[in-house]
Amino acid sequence: MKKLVIIGAGMAAGRLVEHVSEAGGWDITLFNAEPRGTYNRIMLSPVLSGEKTYEEIVTHDAAFYEDHGVTCRFGERVSGIDRAAKVVHAPNGDVAYDKLVIATGSNPFIIPLPGHDLDGVIAYRDLEDTERMMSMTKGTRAVVIGGGLLGLEAAAGMQARGIDVTVVHLMGHLMERQLDEAAGYLLRKELVGRGINVLVSTNSQEIMGENGKVTALRLENGTEIPCDLLVMAVGIRPATAIAAEAGLAVGKGIHVDDTMTTSDADILAIGECIEHDGQIFGLVAPLYDQAKVAAQTLNGDAAAFVNRETATKLKVTGCDLFSAGDFAEGEDREDIVFRDPARGVYKRLVLQDNRVIGAVLYGDTAEGGWFHGLIKDKTDIAEMRDTLIFGPAYQGGAAMDPMAAVAALPADAEICGCNGVCKGQIVDAIEGGAADLGAVQATTKASSSCGTCTGLVEQLLAVTLGDAFELPTAKPVCGCTDLTHEDVRRLIKSSELKSQAAVWQELGWTTPNGCHVCRPAVNYYLLADWPAEYQDDPQSRFVNERKHANIQKDGTFSVVPRMWGGITNATELRAIADAADKYNVPTVKVTGGQRIDLLGVRGEDLPSMWADLNRAGLVSGHAYAKGLRTVKTCVGTDHCRFGTQDSTGLGVKLEKTLWGSWTPHKVKMAVSGCPRNCAEATCKDVGIVCVDSGYEIGVGGAAGMDLKEIEPLVKVATEDEAMEWVIAFVQIYRENAKYLDRPYKWIAKVGLDWVQEWLGDDAERARLVAAFEFSQSIYQKDPWAERAREEEAEKFQPLADLTLEAAE
Amino acid sequence: MSWIDIGAIDDIPIRGARKVKTRDGCLAVFRTDESTVYATSNTCPHKGGPLSEGIVHAAKVTCPLHNWVFDLETGEAQGADDGRIKTYPAKVEDGRVLIDASVLGQRAA
Repeated sequence: MKKLVIIGAGMAAGRLVEHVSEAGGWDITLFNAEPRGTYNRIMLSPVLSGEKTYEEIVTHDAAFYEDHGVTCRFGERVSGIDRAAKVVHAPNGDVAYDKLVIATGSNPFIIPLPGHDLDGVIAYRDLEDTERMMSMTKGTRAVVIGGGLLGLEAAAGMQARGIDVTVVHLMGHLMERQLDEAAGYLLRKELVGRGINVLVSTNSQEIMGENGKVTALRLENGTEIPCDLLVMAVGIRPATAIAAEAGLAVGKGIHVDDTMTTSDADILAIGECIEHDGQIFGLVAPLYDQAKVAAQTLNGDAAAFVNRETATKLKVTGCDLFSAGDFAEGEDREDIVFRDPARGVYKRLVLQDNRVIGAVLYGDTAEGGWFHGLIKDKTDIAEMRDTLIFGPAYQGGAAMDPMAAVAALPADAEICGCNGVCKGQIVDAIEGGAADLGAVQATTKASSSCGTCTGLVEQLLAVTLGDAFELPTAKPVCGCTDLTHEDVRRLIKSSELKSQAAVWQELGWTTPNGCHVCRPAVNYYLLADWPAEYQDDPQSRFVNERKHANIQKDGTFSVVPRMWGGITNATELRAIADAADKYNVPTVKVTGGQRIDLLGVRGEDLPSMWADLNRAGLVSGHAYAKGLRTVKTCVGTDHCRFGTQDSTGLGVKLEKTLWGSWTPHKVKMAVSGCPRNCAEATCKDVGIVCVDSGYEIGVGGAAGMDLKEIEPLVKVATEDEAMEWVIAFVQIYRENAKYLDRPYKWIAKVGLDWVQEWLGDDAERARLVAAFEFSQSIYQKDPWAERAREEEAEKFQPLADLTLEAAE
Repeated sequence: MSWIDIGAIDDIPIRGARKVKTRDGCLAVFRTDESTVYATSNTCPHKGGPLSEGIVHAAKVTCPLHNWVFDLETGEAQGADDGRIKTYPAKVEDGRVLIDASVLGQRAA
């Protein structure tokens, strides 16, 4: 009998012991630092959640070891290996070996944050960690750092035990190694639905404690999350210390060749502690292969380990998730995406050369194994390409339902915002006999006011009546969807969609992340409806709004500082003139909006020009924005012998209140001091003509491709009322209009009467003003000042300048 | 193929791009998701627009000047437009963006 010593009794070692005892000829001594034999570590999650007991997951019990003559040294940590003498040193006595196998597994990575060694900060690796989490009582709080496989299993397990859990994840979506953004969104939705708090794109800064025990996690943004337990699940690192100390070749893991042999011919290594061909391992299937190869090697048989494709399954009950292969976008790759919003299903296949190379399935993973087989076997799928996404059982069923989004809405989703009519009421009316739009309008009042929900009501008619109803064709937003702008806006409100991922998934978008037509619109709708929850996405904005300057035909930019109400002073003019000199600006032009434009500025110079202008008190004039442009004025009572009111003062006040807000399209205003109208207020989006008795406010003018006079909105007596009405008008326009509709186009659709009715209601007007002020509390800031800061200014420079290298 | 390290992947916003200057003009380096990059010429064949300023969607970019859409994998203009931008091999390794040294023209190592 030859002597085999194994250091580590994890799952790889467990399988090895089975193979070796089957073959026979070895006297095995098995060491384990954990005070127990081999158990299925993967099943710790069901133990945590209470679905299984520890006893049920033990794979090799005392009886097994006795039957196979294995000498167990559990709870003993091997202190060193003497390779020359072929002896293993351990606290309870040294053991000699003919062959040694190192299977020490991984150590959980602990982020060296201040406070990481407080009591109550644990990893999630072994039974002790699991029991610690299980010892928490209902209502206590836990924070899990790490939104990957393990972190989410820990979170779900604790939540199932009544613990209040918050998951903190550095990257933009959960499980970003296995999932794309869309599946990450669905997973997050499921977890949040269970009461788990999820914070993504969040960095931890410090673990706070008192009397040596953890009390909270402080994030980089300063907020603190109180907790009684903090679990770090941010990755594992191969445990190589014992091998390194013994002088074996170690890189990321213990180096082994295809036979699982280390740099010492008598020492093998298997499992998470190894590095084979540059790869390290964290999933179990390859470990079992390695154990088999090692057993064959020990037996003197030729054997070679080949790393094969492994799939990932999230072991959280109720989260159906499957991921395999390589699903990043890439050269010569194509996507096939299937979304079923009603069932919360998302499936994506990545193809290359007519073969499936990656698959992500969420919500319906029944075909996971089949797709995985296609990946592993590199099957040519050219023949079944059209029906591939539907899985092996597809027999040519019903065509895709383009109205799935509306069909998926719950009965209490509000369809008609003007009259407060929900889906259930409309469906009831249709089933009660209302067979067309007119009948629905008559019985429920839905769609009988502003008309923007007409498209949705017609879809409900189609969904409820089927072929009996013919859907009139309306222009969809773009090629990514069949829905119109009005549909999308309403659904964002009624389904409370607060992220782009939510819109793509719940509204059944046919592309992964929209296109240059729909994404800017969706970005605007989300920030207008959910200013506190949604973060504006610069990558969804047209270049001008991203760079905060107008791009010109040659790639240079135009810079227009604000001139409030068209009023300036010597300091500002000097700063503008100095900037023109310093940056060699080719053209300095006065604009129709009563301010000055510097044209021909290089993109790389923008941040420093802005810093220079900021120093003189100048801020961005938003000459490029779908936002407030200017409020033109005439001099009014300040100087003019005809002025009836302080038009300049009001203009400046309006501009100072409204600047920085994002609107469906640009908004231009003017205030004239008397009906001579020198500020040309009568062709503006909002134009005020002052008269002796007050302010005549008009809306819906145009002087661009269309020429249109304003229509009277209201006449008020005081400046405060004028401000109130204008702000409320801007807000109602922001909340309702289609992206890229100027106010005059929007008013033509909803009718001025409708606008006057809503704004005329005191409570509604007050609500609109408050909503606008709230949005401004988030969005009214000088974008130039933000981008002139060093870290931001960096981004205006090229990423790299290879001309320097080439010049060597 | 020899590779040049041009910067950290996190310096390129997701669904965004950064410029790289070379002796023969500028390149645009696009990041379409967490770890996928493409490198192409920065200049639109239509009227010379800066493609690195365009909106990036799926694996395509729309030129900010006149909305020509280019497939980042093949460089071909989409739809009714006719044209092509030069593409260069690019990859991400250990959080760094590497592009093919052929972008240096005749001076490849």
